[in-house]
Amino acid sequence: MKPRPPLRDLAIVAAAVAALVMAAGSAAESLADGGATPSIGEARRLTDDQYRQTIADIFGADIKVSGRFEPDIRREGLLAVGSSAVAVTPLGAEQYYMMAGSIAAQVTDESHRRALFACTPGTPAGPDDRCAAQILSASGRLLYRRPLDPGDLRSQVALADAVAAKSGSFYAGIEASLSGMLVSPEFLFVIERGRPTPGEPGSLTLDGYSRAAELALLLWNSAPDDQLLAAAARGDLGKPKGLAAQADRMMASPRFERGVRAFFSDMLGFDAFQGLSKDTIIYPKFSPEVAADAKEQTLRLIVDQLVRRNQDYRGLFTTNRTFLNRRIGPIYRIPVQARGGWELHEFAPGDARSGLLTQLSFLVLYSHPGRSSPTLRGKAIREHLLCHDVPAPPPDVNFAFVQDTSNPIFRTARQRLARHRSNPMCAGCHQMMDPLGLALEDFDSSGEERQDENGAPIDVSGVYHGAVFSGAAGLGEALSKDPQVTSCLVHRLYAYGVGRALTAADEAAIAPLERRFDVDGAYRTLVRAMATSEAFYRLPAPDQTTRVALQATGGQGEGQR
Amino acid sequence: MTQTRRSVLHGVLQGAAVVLPIPLLDQFLDGNGAAMASGAPLPRRFGSWFWGLGANVDRWVPDRVGPDYDVKAELKPIEPYKKDVTILSGFNVELDGRPNTPHVAGVWTLRTGSAPIRNDEVDAPSLDVIIANAIGGGARFRSVELTAVGEPMASVSRQSASVVNPSEASPVAFYERVFGAGFQNPNTADFKPDPALMVRQSVLSGVSEQRQKLMQEAGSADRQRLDQYFTSIREIEDQLALELQKPAPADACAVVSKPTEPKIGQEIESVQATHRLMTKLLVMALACNQTRVFTMNYSDATSTVRRPGSTVTHHVLSHEEPVDPVLGYQPETTWFVQRAMEAWADFLTALASVKEGDGRLLDHMLVYAHSDTSLARLHALNNFPIMFAGGAGGRIKTGLHIKSGGAPVTRVGLTAMTAMGLSIGKWGDKSMETSEVVSEALV
Repeated sequence: MKPRPPLRDLAIVAAAVAALVMAAGSAAESLADGGATPSIGEARRLTDDQYRQTIADIFGADIKVSGRFEPDIRREGLLAVGSSAVAVTPLGAEQYYMMAGSIAAQVTDESHRRALFACTPGTPAGPDDRCAAQILSASGRLLYRRPLDPGDLRSQVALADAVAAKSGSFYAGIEASLSGMLVSPEFLFVIERGRPTPGEPGSLTLDGYSRAAELALLLWNSAPDDQLLAAAARGDLGKPKGLAAQADRMMASPRFERGVRAFFSDMLGFDAFQGLSKDTIIYPKFSPEVAADAKEQTLRLIVDQLVRRNQDYRGLFTTNRTFLNRRIGPIYRIPVQARGGWELHEFAPGDARSGLLTQLSFLVLYSHPGRSSPTLRGKAIREHLLCHDVPAPPPDVNFAFVQDTSNPIFRTARQRLARHRSNPMCAGCHQMMDPLGLALEDFDSSGEERQDENGAPIDVSGVYHGAVFSGAAGLGEALSKDPQVTSCLVHRLYAYGVGRALTAADEAAIAPLERRFDVDGAYRTLVRAMATSEAFYRLPAPDQTTRVALQATGGQGEGQR
Repeated sequence: MTQTRRSVLHGVLQGAAVVLPIPLLDQFLDGNGAAMASGAPLPRRFGSWFWGLGANVDRWVPDRVGPDYDVKAELKPIEPYKKDVTILSGFNVELDGRPNTPHVAGVWTLRTGSAPIRNDEVDAPSLDVIIANAIGGGARFRSVELTAVGEPMASVSRQSASVVNPSEASPVAFYERVFGAGFQNPNTADFKPDPALMVRQSVLSGVSEQRQKLMQEAGSADRQRLDQYFTSIREIEDQLALELQKPAPADACAVVSKPTEPKIGQEIESVQATHRLMTKLLVMALACNQTRVFTMNYSDATSTVRRPGSTVTHHVLSHEEPVDPVLGYQPETTWFVQRAMEAWADFLTALASVKEGDGRLLDHMLVYAHSDTSLARLHALNNFPIMFAGGAGGRIKTGLHIKSGGAPVTRVGLTAMTAMGLSIGKWGDKSMETSEVVSEALV
């Protein structure tokens, strides 16, 4: 499919050019709605994916983004929350700068400029103020997620003109200005700007363009498109009807699936797939390609369950559906017919595989390179799916007792971990983690099913909230009935949407969403309710620093890696 | 006449001479900005070399203090460099009630003078950043951070509480960054500034002009982060300015060829090979005056290094392996400590093999080598294994074993900063606050 040239047919261009001409020499005034000096709520650094999606959406999917991004940081269980804490280091700036140069060069090359730009210069061999202003205001509006203010546009045009005049190339000038916009903080950070909430003194609410940016991140994991920015300019996003119309339009777009994938990748910790490796001597079937497919498999299942079939979120923990391709089929020991693609597979009743927890992604991600880890799997269930806080182990514990030196080889993980759970110093946390993870022990570190470990049979029984269960199917069933599972999802999605730690005011807004979601587990309904609620766009009051009990899970602390 | 960037831009594009004021470089240049001033001092350099999971201190810390210390089993690989290495033992971390977050509390106290309050929040900057801000200017890269374990977040360098300086994990990427586009061989005779650089400078100067407006609008937390961003942009501007200057000659600089990417990962052979290659590139980056400050993360704090075919990592071993009742230590865990010390010896060999001025590259720098714990099995924070290597251009006494009776470990960091010419009255927090250097180590 040929990408739609997004910059050509923007109604805003003419208006922006007119504004440029009018504003020449006058004091800068904001084109954004309202006019008053905004206050910045927070600045979220674009993630790797958001950067790529934004470039693809604005300039076309064939523009290559090659470079390395600075690592994101996980806070309160989410990279999205960490995005309002990270900055740009000198190395990161160098990388952005190189990517910007490469993108600007591609966008202005002969094969792209005709499709992307709405005007052609009087002569390509020198400056053309008017055409430069048209191109730069249209690109700038999409990149900055709001119209450039007149002063900024003037500087960009002046730079383009100067370079064009000296180099004898109009497009060299455009390239220079575009590369500057691409390293501007207005592009690299989603900067939230707030205004006083009408009728509520002391409270701030996001302005229209910031609402657009927030919506686009939540629903598309990208930047607002022309229509959304136009709605912001009209003030539609401050009205329930206008907001709902845009949310519905965006959720009907194919880009919505991308947004769903982005949220679950974040919530499930899928960033850890980057650099994931297994010992190839122990797990010869595993490869980096299998790892990539494992991630894709789970995201497919989630989209199938929540978006395409609009089914209950809790069903993800018990579903017998999965998608397989020829690369991961062998690990499941299931022949796959489809060549080069994915096909639906339904597990027979009684199969050891059932739901999200028996997907390769979960099993391989939360294991050591050379062996499975009930502790890591249990910790991941607690932290990612139940929003529990698992504290770091005590520092001064003598770990020697974990191994009985007179009998150094315990054959199963259950035997090895028994001492953790019986020692009072360790038991508090290991009791939280190990019993959940031990239920998945019939899957090894590469996600393949096994009957025994070192020749000893594997016991996959467990107890959850006092009820006895067996294996992954039993665990999935137990989780699907735990209200904490739905509560956790609602909290994580909300924090993901606002991009910061939740406040007491957020909790109040979340409560009704949570009640509703507990009834039907309908993800689409939940997202829409969030995106169309006024509270979602409220900036936290400066004194609302109380953090709810969703603790950070990031950092380089203990955790048996 | 004051030159604006724009007038310079016009000048270059019209073929006129380029003169940019770079005060930090001036000390190495004569009045024409072309030749090395006679008798100019060699640059001051600082590095950190980090390995994870410490050592068995009773097999590592020498018994004898002073010169001619005894080299114990786990330090054996550095025997040939005994005269270049000063051992600092008996320095401790006190947490003052802050949590001993394993593998986090120790390393950040050594590097920032204060233990983190939360697992991932560190009262930074780390000392390498403080030193780089003082001596790193005038080289193309204020600092470089490297790792041999393939993980960018394996880094003991931080700009501020949430801003880690990520490590270069790929030798090829590191090569491209330093010796690829923008590199100017300091020893080539002809020099022609690239006019495209001036365009880039103008672009970045336009970006920097957005600073004031954003700073006015932003709240305090974001102001700090945005300020960090603009500082980073400023560094690229400085880098471009340097690329427009004829570089000062560097007699030790021998340009290396582009390496082949090794297999990158946590398997011990990969780690060792990546470390050797990174070291080779780093040594030339230093000798060619591309940077003056570096951090080499041989392994990560929770050392994920492992042997192929093994079900457990170094870290897991440190917790699960029984202490051998005859040997009195964990043999498999210790195997990894020995590999780390061999890598450290490789590193010293590389620095010592480059002749520079009337000595070796190693003589003109200070390398601060340390770990995140002393005995990993207990996450012990006393008696850290610490070394200084290199004479720092005559400022550090090498070849000593200096033993403290439990002084705050921050004294070591303060000593390193002092040796680098920084004047810092006090460093560290609460009981880690110190104004005393390890005077025995300073010349």
